[in-house]
Amino acid sequence: MATVDLKDVKKIYPGGVEAVKGVSIAIPDKELCVLVGPSGCGKSTLLRMIAGLETISAGTVAIDGKVVNAIGPTERDIAMVFQNYALYPHMKVYDNMAYGLRNRGTPKDEIDSRVRSTAKVLELSGLLDRRPRELSGGQRQRVAMGRAIVRNPKVFLFDEPLSNLDAKLRGQMRVEIKNLQRSLGVTSVYVTHDQLEAMTLADILVVMNAGLVEQIGAPLDVYEKPASTFVASFIGAPPMNLLALTGASPGSVLADGMVIGSAPGQSKAVTLGFRPEDADITFAAEAPAGALALPATVEAVEPVGAESFLHCAAAGSRIVVRVSGRASAKPGDQLRVVARSEKLHWFDQAGKRVD
Amino acid sequence: MIGQSPLRTVIAHAVLILGILIVVFPIYYTFVASTHTLQTILRPPLPLLPGDQLWNNYSEALFGGIGRIGGISVGRLLLNTTIMALGVAVGKIFISILSAYAIVFFRFPLRMTFFWLIFITLMLPVEVRILPTYKVMVDLGMIDTYAGLIIPLIASATATLLFRQFFMTIPGELVEAARVDGAGPWRFFFDILVPLSRTNIAALFVILFIYGWTQYLWPLLVTNSNDMNTIVIALRKMVSFADADTQWHLVMVTAMLAIVPPILVVVLMQRWFVRGLVESEK
Repeated sequence: MATVDLKDVKKIYPGGVEAVKGVSIAIPDKELCVLVGPSGCGKSTLLRMIAGLETISAGTVAIDGKVVNAIGPTERDIAMVFQNYALYPHMKVYDNMAYGLRNRGTPKDEIDSRVRSTAKVLELSGLLDRRPRELSGGQRQRVAMGRAIVRNPKVFLFDEPLSNLDAKLRGQMRVEIKNLQRSLGVTSVYVTHDQLEAMTLADILVVMNAGLVEQIGAPLDVYEKPASTFVASFIGAPPMNLLALTGASPGSVLADGMVIGSAPGQSKAVTLGFRPEDADITFAAEAPAGALALPATVEAVEPVGAESFLHCAAAGSRIVVRVSGRASAKPGDQLRVVARSEKLHWFDQAGKRVD
Repeated sequence: MIGQSPLRTVIAHAVLILGILIVVFPIYYTFVASTHTLQTILRPPLPLLPGDQLWNNYSEALFGGIGRIGGISVGRLLLNTTIMALGVAVGKIFISILSAYAIVFFRFPLRMTFFWLIFITLMLPVEVRILPTYKVMVDLGMIDTYAGLIIPLIASATATLLFRQFFMTIPGELVEAARVDGAGPWRFFFDILVPLSRTNIAALFVILFIYGWTQYLWPLLVTNSNDMNTIVIALRKMVSFADADTQWHLVMVTAMLAIVPPILVVVLMQRWFVRGLVESEK
């Protein structure tokens, strides 16, 4: 239906605050792009600029190849799902869904058939005569989705749509949104601060920080090759373990003075990282060859059922190791945390990845 | 209060009933007086029970015309007052909801200046600016017209502030959803803002209708001819201190009729009024 292209988009507020500092993203047709980042990183501002609810200070936003900087939200042919649903409280579900179509002068019988078929897809058929306050959170969320879908827009915009739902419902709706977006084939931009939502929904994952894009890529690529320490610590739960490297020859000495064998060509690296699931524990005194082996003290054990997380003190910082099933270690145990060399990530002074 | 002793319930009711009696008795006495002949009223003591002149007195006042106020019937007075009270209430709501809409939802130069100008007028009651206003009305030839009665009273800082406070509680997302749904400023106003404000409008209407109904000073100034008087002014004119021929039975009838419309408005709109005061629908 439509592509969305952002070219060097900036948002500078009247006070001089720069919320978005130059972002370029190209979203192909029918794909779902997730903007993820901590609060205040500019992701919502960016979304609102695509929607036309905020003016664009610099750069261009193009929908379907046409620059839309100067036109309002109505003419951009987008639909938006808001965090608090923003349903019209005095209107019935039916009217909530029909309102946008009525404003566009759609014939009455077409409105009726579109609202009813959309309601069917979203299992809202029995609720069309209710008002929003008579609905549960999940149902309101569906109505908000319905209001977007019924218009059949070029682009869907989602502004943290699931953050007001409880964990179980959030999981369900996540799958539903993904399926709906697939089957409708509408290009979508989805803003969230939840990295799990981001990973599971995205075709294209955009990690933002402080008004800039840290990394763009397929979710698993971003996960496996984080471009910076920020991405490494933001994507993945628990986050990647990061250890500072110091000493005369950078890249080889940990903060507590322990010398580790660094991989060749990593001389610029000042931070070493590995994912909790890429590490293992051993009680053996000898470190296996070709692997990082850190002496560590277990501080806490978190069993979650299928896996357990060991919180350890090692090399002057705290690290987390994931072991499957029950953990054989208990708090106070001395052991070694072992991570295979090819699973190590190295980052330079600026926090950027070095390979 | 749960599990009260019967004695406390009795005492509570006794106090309430006593309070109601104190409030209601003068009104009841007025009603009693309005059903007697002038002679009965002037010869004390006044009976405590209604007399047999109800129909005569009320039809004389409503349709016959009352001599002391130039032969104008109370029907005409009621009409005048209703037009004025409705005009003031509707006008005030109309003007203030539009001003509040502009101040809350639009960004324009001097927005806050306008807001403070409106706010400052709160400190200038009608009485303070009454002479210049009167002069303007004379110059515009609006003495003895409904417009002259209504227009100087319809600017309302209080109502504007009330609407402003309510509008500020409307979530920004709702405004944005409407924009995305293709609603322009007028559509948003009529389709979303006005329906959401209806309880506030109803509550304000009740308050403002009674405010308009009970106006005294301004109608006294701006109406000269008897057939433009409001009922409150006419009531005052009917009572004479010097003459003994005040037609007290008709005064009482007029007083009774004067309180009927405000009571009707309150009773009919009570449900909305209470809702407007206690809840905001969002």
